[in-house]
Amino acid sequence: MKINTKFLGSVEIQEDEIIFFEQGIPGFPNQQKYVLLSLGKDLPFLVLQSVTESSLGFIVADPFIINPAYSFELTDTEKSELNIFKTDDVLTYVIVSVKEPFEESTMNLLAPIVININSRKAKQIVLQDNEKYPLHYPIQHMKGSVV
Amino acid sequence: MLVLARKKGESIMIGDDIEVKIVGVEGDLIRLGITAPKSIKVYRSEVFESIQLENKQALNVSASFMEKIKKNNKNY
Repeated sequence: MKINTKFLGSVEIQEDEIIFFEQGIPGFPNQQKYVLLSLGKDLPFLVLQSVTESSLGFIVADPFIINPAYSFELTDTEKSELNIFKTDDVLTYVIVSVKEPFEESTMNLLAPIVININSRKAKQIVLQDNEKYPLHYPIQHMKGSVV
Repeated sequence: MLVLARKKGESIMIGDDIEVKIVGVEGDLIRLGITAPKSIKVYRSEVFESIQLENKQALNVSASFMEKIKKNNKNY
């Protein structure tokens, strides 16, 4: 199927690429279906794009590239909501707040997006340990560690 | 909404396994002690609101700016 996207124009996607956020994403509870789209293979960023609402496209990044020590534990409730049985099921991204100039951008380590790559269920979870992993983690920290 | 009056040192139960205790009262600041199973997430309500707001702000990026980043993709 074809969808309209925020950054990439019209894009052809497969039904089985769709990621389902049962509760939506905080702030957007009514949009449940998203896809992950590449912005270019050299960029460590992807777009989490709503299937139905083209303006809803979040820039996301792999948090472990920026902060290799990043770690968190899912609660039993979250695991069962997402049908997660083993670590291999999980893919984690964080939302990037892109600012101009780009060096001032931040990423939200407090509320990572957890995707079960097998069931395609996903959720933006809120971590309890919010002093270590802030809402606004400077992206500058990734300089030198990528490419 | 249920409204209860409690004194310092008293507590309430939510269900069978969540206890909220008034640990201290200093002026308009109330300290709560919360005992809950690990599967229950406890956080200040501002945290969830701040995440909603952050998600909305994260959408404020133009397609043209992302184009620029793609072209200047030397450092990133």
